[in-house]
Amino acid sequence: MDPASQAHIKKIAESDGLPKDQIIVLLGASDIEGAEISAETVTFGDPSYTGPLAGVPLGLPVYHILEPALRPFIPEDVYDANLGIWTMAADTEEIGRRFQAIREKVANG
Amino acid sequence: MTVVIRECAAALVHVPSFVRYGSKPMRDLSESPALLHDVHQALRSFEQAAAYPPNQVFIGNLRPDDLLGLAQPWHANPLGEPRRHGPFGEILPEDEFYGWLKIADACHIVALEHSFVGRIRDALAHHPLTGEDDLKKLGAGVPAEELRQDLGDGSALPLTHRGQVIGALKGAHERDDALKAEVLMENLVAKASGALGLRHLLKRAGITPQDVDFILECSETAIGDRYNRGGGSLSKAIGEMCGCVNATGHDVRAFCASPINALVSAAALVEAGIHRNVAVVGGGCQAKIGMKYAAHLKHGMPILEDVLGAVAFLVTRDDGASPRIRLDSIGKHEIGAGSSQQALMTALVVKPLARIGLKMMDVDKYATELHNPEVTLPAGSGNTPYTNYKIMASLAALNREIDKTEIETFVKQRGMPGYCPTQGHIPAAVCYLPHACDAMKQGTMSRAMFIAKGSLFLGRMSQSSDGMSFILEANAG
Repeated sequence: MDPASQAHIKKIAESDGLPKDQIIVLLGASDIEGAEISAETVTFGDPSYTGPLAGVPLGLPVYHILEPALRPFIPEDVYDANLGIWTMAADTEEIGRRFQAIREKVANG
Repeated sequence: MTVVIRECAAALVHVPSFVRYGSKPMRDLSESPALLHDVHQALRSFEQAAAYPPNQVFIGNLRPDDLLGLAQPWHANPLGEPRRHGPFGEILPEDEFYGWLKIADACHIVALEHSFVGRIRDALAHHPLTGEDDLKKLGAGVPAEELRQDLGDGSALPLTHRGQVIGALKGAHERDDALKAEVLMENLVAKASGALGLRHLLKRAGITPQDVDFILECSETAIGDRYNRGGGSLSKAIGEMCGCVNATGHDVRAFCASPINALVSAAALVEAGIHRNVAVVGGGCQAKIGMKYAAHLKHGMPILEDVLGAVAFLVTRDDGASPRIRLDSIGKHEIGAGSSQQALMTALVVKPLARIGLKMMDVDKYATELHNPEVTLPAGSGNTPYTNYKIMASLAALNREIDKTEIETFVKQRGMPGYCPTQGHIPAAVCYLPHACDAMKQGTMSRAMFIAKGSLFLGRMSQSSDGMSFILEANAG
């Protein structure tokens, strides 16, 4: 994840008065490996050690927009217009499994 | 429709010593100068760059689909012999490119040391695309003492070759950021490499520089000064360097989509009868050299972004043989179209095909962003061509042209592996034009579609994306 985005997320997560349980991070990278690196960045810290989240484990709940679990929360016509094509181009089930695994790893400390 | 792409050229310039002046490496090196040692250790020799399979695809000694049968990673499995020359152009070595930079230097910002000029003079004199006028501009070089003075105040960039300082690139105004050495280097690199591409084009087309009557330059750099940062007309500077005395031109800017936009504009000029022979030229992007160097170092790879790309195309009236541009159906991403991938691909692919009664399956090959995945995957940036082809195939499935189970077949048959250096406008579909034109002239391809997207949002004037496309067809004669 680029340093500017890392700084932005860090600022939001560490701002006073914003409860941690009111924040989720929603990613949309089409490349699943790249998305996983971004997910690790906002949970356990920047694995490349190049940005402000290097060594900073925010432990934020992180989701990918293509996870099947999120689909019910988005109006069908909006989903079809913006994401419909990705249900064929990407392995959404695999994305769901990988991000669920990351959230479980965070929950288990 | 009566406009054709009569000829194409594609060349690379191997510039390992320029990696330190790429935008990302230069910023990192200013904070951590010790990194320079690691960068040097990971630079490739000319022989390694010339034996690198994707680079051979670029200049036409291999076809893109040939990469599918080669062992990977390509950087660890070089071709048997490094080949400098190919049907579309060449891979120019760094030392000779310094000579081209000096030849391109109309305003005395480049100084090359005398003995270095002596070493490269013969090679430049024997290059098939240089002449006496170029050797005069190359000059004799400057004494070492004068070079030390040029570099003394730190405002000039040291130019190195194999670890030795051999020259200096100076800024042109101490109080104008648009004319500082780093900016002028980007611009001069685009000029010199663009001129290399244009000269290859003229030779392949068998026309003289005097036959060109208009030039559209399509890189992404900005030529100007503090009052006119993007004034432009690198087109004219390149034309002047190539002896196109009957031409003028202008620069087309649409981020990575610039070459496609320029080709459409060129076709319109020819179709309208305003000009006869329009050259579309795009030199290399110095700023993007070494962009992902950190990921390559981390993975123990050579730094693969060590080459500049240059492309050039000749657009003329129908000659009865060359592939035709379907001017009756250009694809454009309208402002009101929406920014989702679906909206982009519908605007750039589905709509222009439907306008002329065609479907996605009527196109033999699609050319989209053809970035070499070996460069981008280690940096977490994915395999751009593969992702784009999956989206196109998914669109075909959504539109019921193919079944979902046929998506991978679509990708393999109508797409291709990426092979182009990550030079922005260069990999944006047009690097495949020489291959497509050859295939159409040989009768092995009927129709190809060229799609490029531009990252307009990077300039912070809009959050929108952009794009343009065109369909190319074999000439029925």
